[in-house]
Amino acid sequence: MGKKTPEINSSSTADMAFLLLCFFMMTTTMDQDKGLQRRLPPMPDPNQKAQDQKVNRRNIIVVKINSADRLLAGTEPMHVSQLKDKIKEFLSNPADDPNLPEKEEKEIEGFGPCMVSKGVISLQNDRGTSYQAYIAVQNELVKAVNELRDEFAIANFGKLYIKCNEDEQKVVREAVPQNISEAEPKDVSKK
Amino acid sequence: MSRFKQKEKRTVPQPPSGSLSDIVFMLLFFFMVTTTMRETESKVQLRLPEASEIVKLERKDLTSYINIGTPTRNLQAQYGTDSRIQLNDSFKTVTEIRDFIAAERDAMSEADRSFMTVAIKADENTRMGIVTDVKQELRKCSALKIMYTARKTAE
Repeated sequence: MGKKTPEINSSSTADMAFLLLCFFMMTTTMDQDKGLQRRLPPMPDPNQKAQDQKVNRRNIIVVKINSADRLLAGTEPMHVSQLKDKIKEFLSNPADDPNLPEKEEKEIEGFGPCMVSKGVISLQNDRGTSYQAYIAVQNELVKAVNELRDEFAIANFGKLYIKCNEDEQKVVREAVPQNISEAEPKDVSKK
Repeated sequence: MSRFKQKEKRTVPQPPSGSLSDIVFMLLFFFMVTTTMRETESKVQLRLPEASEIVKLERKDLTSYINIGTPTRNLQAQYGTDSRIQLNDSFKTVTEIRDFIAAERDAMSEADRSFMTVAIKADENTRMGIVTDVKQELRKCSALKIMYTARKTAE
């Protein structure tokens, strides 16, 4: 037996750890970024003639927000809280109203044929619209689509959309697409 | 003499401090795991708009941030109270977004470039005009995946 090695004085490790801890608390942030994910449309090719996408009038709903944050959906002015139901009715078209978007039978991989709405929501805003109002409207649009997805998922898979597995979610996404077009900026109120 | 002896007996023994460092290390690891590095300091007043249908931002390393809002109070004397765009650590104009996106893209690996997301952090009182300009500029440099950062609606 050799000499016993003396124990290392460990009383200062706590201080060192505290120092590190303070450093991390100062330099890092806890908040997670959350928000509404969107895909912008690609810039139109300048060489190409501006060809209007032939979208049937009934398949499109125009949501406009003016500089006073007033909302116009389709032809009628409304409050943000009413927008969700309007959009849901527009996208689902339960009574096959000829004024609401047509549906198209589409073969979905792993699920089979399904009636998919061809409705497109076109969102237009003024330069003076406040960001808050714009996000509120975007939020309502997403909420409408999400609720429709939930309904579809419950009817077909018996559970909410977020509870579905990856493949099922893909099917639901295809059956209830989120077609929101953020049009070119326009002056909604020309005065 | 007996009085001194009595006093010595009454002192409370030191609590063992050997595990103190372990506790602190545990805290340290907790913070290291749950937090992320603060990248830039916000030079604009940011009060994010509220939304309920928000999703988490994935892949923070592939995200570039654009802050839009009025400069913070101590910078207002220099930059005014108009809404400004902040890229990295300085105020920039709309046309400089192109260079910013190009630089951010160059910093990423080839495979990750298509997953690049631009997070637009705008104050809720911003006018859409400046946001629209930013969006148009992003379309021009084909950074199409964007995210409007928002905070969760208080229930």
